[in-house]
Amino acid sequence: MELSEHIKTANVEDVTLRRPFHPALRGTLCVTSHHLLFSDRKDEASWQLLILLKNIDAIEKSVENLFGYPRAVGSSGTITIKCKDLLVLQLEIPGMEECLNIASSIEALSSLESVTEMYPFFYRPSHLTLNGPWGLSSTEQYYKQTERLWDRWRVSTVNSDYSVCPSYPSAVIVPREVDDDKLIHSARFRQGGRFPVLSYCHHRNGMVIMRSSQPLTGANKKRCKEDELLLQAVIDGSELGYIIDLRSAQQAQQARMTGGGFESKSFYSHWKRIHRHHERGKVVQESLIKLVEACSDPSHSVDRWLSKLENSKWLSHVHSALSTAGLVVECVERDGHSVLVHGSEGTDNTLLVSSLAQLILDPASRTVTGFLCLLEREWIQAGHPFQQRCAHSAYSHARLKQECPIFLLLLDCVWQVWRQFPLALEFSEALLLRLAQEVYASNYGTFLCNSEQERCAAGVKENTHCLFQSLLRPDIEEQYLNPLYEPTDLAIWPSVHPQSLQLWTGLFLRWTEYAQNMEEAREEVWSIVKEHHEQAGPDRTNNTLSTHCDTLTSFENLMDELTIL
Amino acid sequence: MEHIRMPKVENVRLVDRSSSRRTHVGTLYLTATHTIFVGEGSEDRNELWVLHSLVCNVVKHKASQSGYPLLIHCKNFQVIQFIIPQESDCHDVYISLSRLSRPEKYEELYCFSFNPNVDKAEREHSWDFLDLKAEYSRMGLPNKLWHVTPINREYRVCDTYPADLFVPKSVTLPVIVGSSKFRSRGRFPTLSYYCKENHATICRSSQPLSGFSARCLEDEQMLQAIMKSNPGSRFMYVVGTRPKLNAMANRAAGKGYENEDNYCNIKFQFIGIENIHVMRNSQQKLIEVSALRSPSMGEFLTGLENSDWLRHIKSIMEAGLFISKAVAEEGVSVLVHCSDGWDRTAQVCSVASVLLDPYYRTLKGLMVLIEKDWVSFGHMFSHRCGHLIGEAKEVSPVIDQFLECVWQLMEQFPCAFEYSEKFLISIHNHIYSCHYGNFICNSQKERKDLCIKEKAHSIWLHLWEKKLDFMNPLFKPDQSQNQGLLRPSTAPYCFKYWRRLYNRFDRELHPRQSELDCLMTVKEETQQLEEELALYEQKMAVLDKERAKTLYMQKGVLDSKQALWSLPLDISLANTPQDYIGGAPNVFTLQQGERESAELCLFGDQTKSSDADNSDQESGVADFSSHSSGEESLPSEDSVKDPDSDETGPNRA
Repeated sequence: MELSEHIKTANVEDVTLRRPFHPALRGTLCVTSHHLLFSDRKDEASWQLLILLKNIDAIEKSVENLFGYPRAVGSSGTITIKCKDLLVLQLEIPGMEECLNIASSIEALSSLESVTEMYPFFYRPSHLTLNGPWGLSSTEQYYKQTERLWDRWRVSTVNSDYSVCPSYPSAVIVPREVDDDKLIHSARFRQGGRFPVLSYCHHRNGMVIMRSSQPLTGANKKRCKEDELLLQAVIDGSELGYIIDLRSAQQAQQARMTGGGFESKSFYSHWKRIHRHHERGKVVQESLIKLVEACSDPSHSVDRWLSKLENSKWLSHVHSALSTAGLVVECVERDGHSVLVHGSEGTDNTLLVSSLAQLILDPASRTVTGFLCLLEREWIQAGHPFQQRCAHSAYSHARLKQECPIFLLLLDCVWQVWRQFPLALEFSEALLLRLAQEVYASNYGTFLCNSEQERCAAGVKENTHCLFQSLLRPDIEEQYLNPLYEPTDLAIWPSVHPQSLQLWTGLFLRWTEYAQNMEEAREEVWSIVKEHHEQAGPDRTNNTLSTHCDTLTSFENLMDELTIL
Repeated sequence: MEHIRMPKVENVRLVDRSSSRRTHVGTLYLTATHTIFVGEGSEDRNELWVLHSLVCNVVKHKASQSGYPLLIHCKNFQVIQFIIPQESDCHDVYISLSRLSRPEKYEELYCFSFNPNVDKAEREHSWDFLDLKAEYSRMGLPNKLWHVTPINREYRVCDTYPADLFVPKSVTLPVIVGSSKFRSRGRFPTLSYYCKENHATICRSSQPLSGFSARCLEDEQMLQAIMKSNPGSRFMYVVGTRPKLNAMANRAAGKGYENEDNYCNIKFQFIGIENIHVMRNSQQKLIEVSALRSPSMGEFLTGLENSDWLRHIKSIMEAGLFISKAVAEEGVSVLVHCSDGWDRTAQVCSVASVLLDPYYRTLKGLMVLIEKDWVSFGHMFSHRCGHLIGEAKEVSPVIDQFLECVWQLMEQFPCAFEYSEKFLISIHNHIYSCHYGNFICNSQKERKDLCIKEKAHSIWLHLWEKKLDFMNPLFKPDQSQNQGLLRPSTAPYCFKYWRRLYNRFDRELHPRQSELDCLMTVKEETQQLEEELALYEQKMAVLDKERAKTLYMQKGVLDSKQALWSLPLDISLANTPQDYIGGAPNVFTLQQGERESAELCLFGDQTKSSDADNSDQESGVADFSSHSSGEESLPSEDSVKDPDSDETGPNRA
């Protein structure tokens, strides 16, 4: 079925658009295969609103004369559009039939299942070309750039045809002394084939963060010699490594009943296991839904608001993610031990914790490029199932399948770190907000599919543009810079006390008056810093001043001589 | 002095609250005014000074194996825990401190012994720094409708009011006297704020003694006159800031509220704010929540909700917003009262003023506002802050709530205030410290009787001189949305927990880098550069003239002054690890000793990590702690060491 067949009414005139903090507008509404376009009819400087249909999470329609009060002159209907970026719009559409047609087009076109029908495959801006490399870096390039890995680590292409682990990239970094054969065995012993691979090697002490999925020990405590050897090779003779298991001890025990399990002390004698409970899947998605619901009603009493905020548990998830990341960092940086992180599948909380730990530890991941590379490495290539996790956001009425806002949770945690270290990150909140939007609906192919294998099959790299590359174009990157950035080599340990963690107002209250005043503050920060650059810029002022000093000194010398004379 | 049973105790341990494993050994001294702890060790100045007047209560805890713990809770929310080796010493310190922190007479308060090195003229100058007459004339008063009545010059009509009061010109003295007899404590309606642009006013009073049916002609005339002094409006609002039920109950006691039938053209409006007892209990709960050690997110939020504190803040804000909108948008005058007109009335009038008038969003403006609406109008500081031993039921954080409302507004309007939250926190500290004379006693009359101005100093000039510390770099007075009326949102999510106040001394809870401090430095530097550039240009101009007279030129050597311009951004770059282990205490037992020594930094600043040379990351930590003394001026200002201790001398008994 062609996409255009979903469109029964393409154009409606005299539509009224209502959105928060703007007067209502009248104009024309168009539905295309991928967009909703509203343009007002003012003669000059016409204003347009273009919404990706994929950004629409839910629509609610109310048609006025459903109950048998036909009006003489036409009927009308209202569509409420709730977007995945949390914006809520209302469209008043004259004509009941048009209204229903538009609503059904939106419903059909906003939930396309086929990847190649999605907008990134049609997005062809004039300033970008499809030729050339896609993405910022590959495993091989990362390895080449990271000299400290060369000694003990190697790139394995055992997964080049994605047969060993379908959700891993074709190349992964593993201990040099472990051959591909052992990797294959270890993969069979791990859920989804996600055998332990290197995630980060600490620049100060060479300790590493590894990640994997749970071992398939099952009820009868199976073991896998190769897996044990692989982990033994990771710590390479040092006496201790830590396994951070992102489930409670009880949950890990229970997992054995369904074939999963954990690394037992007797077989992994040099590894110490720590259990930290993290919520996953549906629970986290429901948290997001509850939180957004709580934020959407400003008429609540304070008590009700606080109890809804508490009840959503969103901040508790932020709290656990940052605490566990802090624990990992403590193991690596403070105690000098390597760490293996995993939960069950190793595609969600595992990535959350390992990437947060890197942000805290590694100055290189706090630049714009470094942060995007981190996301590419630890989320895109590492096989976070974006398509499943971000199919719906907080407003959707659809039955939950595999949705889970773990990536949003990561962005929130990064925001918390930025609040506590406002000078330590090169990027600003604006980048996090942009990513929060792009992950749900995008012109770019970066967040499509669930793994590299799927992206290959769909031809994502050949047929779409890469978001990260486009964010790094100098003119674009500038909007995402932190004006106060002052790089530091040290670890930035965030405080995880509940008193220190805050609601991410920039995201969750983005469309309220609250956010508008913050915008003013941000502009002021920029103008203060710009003014300073103008005064103290290395070129202008220093030049002027040194010329001045130059002349002054010579004159002063002259004057001295004159006085002596 | 006679209260000090034990002037000095050795081998006392000061427990770091963020981690009870960290303690510092030292000597405890009790002086007439301070408790001083001097840490042992090579570091030069590890001292903790606590003013007795800031001590809220002292509690002995059950003996532990290391000694006898003594907990001191301060009114600025600092909590200090000492462990004293001998039980008798602990008891003596406890008894002494309990007595020292509860003075019986005003004369015992610190402001009477505080003697900075200034002469009489300077002291008088500090009192003259703020002039309420100038403030009223800034508002445009007196004018043809309002004037100062001499009636309370001797505090005979109302002993809790100031001597100078503005009333409509049209009211006669008998009307004032009659009205005052019909109001609780004689607090008749008088002007608090006048809006030059539209002549609308905010007036304040206490409740009328109306009972169920009593009337007072003079009082009705008084309100009529106030209404008529605003020529543009046909009615006025009377805002009752008590919950309606409370106000109605008061009628049974012969008090109550204005009956709309008896007063012409008033609209009565209830905006329920709870009484001082409810507020006291609410803050107590909030303090307990803030002092929880590593609570879960749920415990914290539930505790915050159960305290009801933010709900009360919201109700005060809403009352202020109602009044400011009535004045600015409707041009209607408002009379505000609660029961006595010195607690909720003061809160609401001053919040409304901050919303209405950008002047009160400047440093000096806020000082004037507090001096006017709180100090001069007889907010009972001594009772509410518990300066003297007395009725515990009179204590209530009424002014805390006002300061917090201002803070909540600053959070919503980051560019609208000249001052930063440090200013509010500093004021808060000094309201309770009794360091200066401003917030002593319960009324202007009492202060006059006690000759406060002759015996003590005023805080305002002191704060003004330190104003660079209190500036908000984001302040943009010329921005249109920051002029005139502020329209804050009162959506529940706009009310936040004030961590900087309630966890002021828990350093590990606060951001390790300060955006505002950094911006302030940048801004100052920009200005400095501009000035220097101007100076050079000036010099150039002079020298150019000289050049004309000179016959020969000589090449000089470039003095490389570039080094001057390198950015001295003093940014603390790292942080110490937090307690991430929480539920798994047995994990790091092996490394415990090592970590503890690395984290040992007394009072969080000054001290460098003792074994900083071990490895790279350790030096990172040390680097941070040495940086932080410069960065975090906030907690170190009043707590770690008394800021004015230099002026007082060591004071060691």
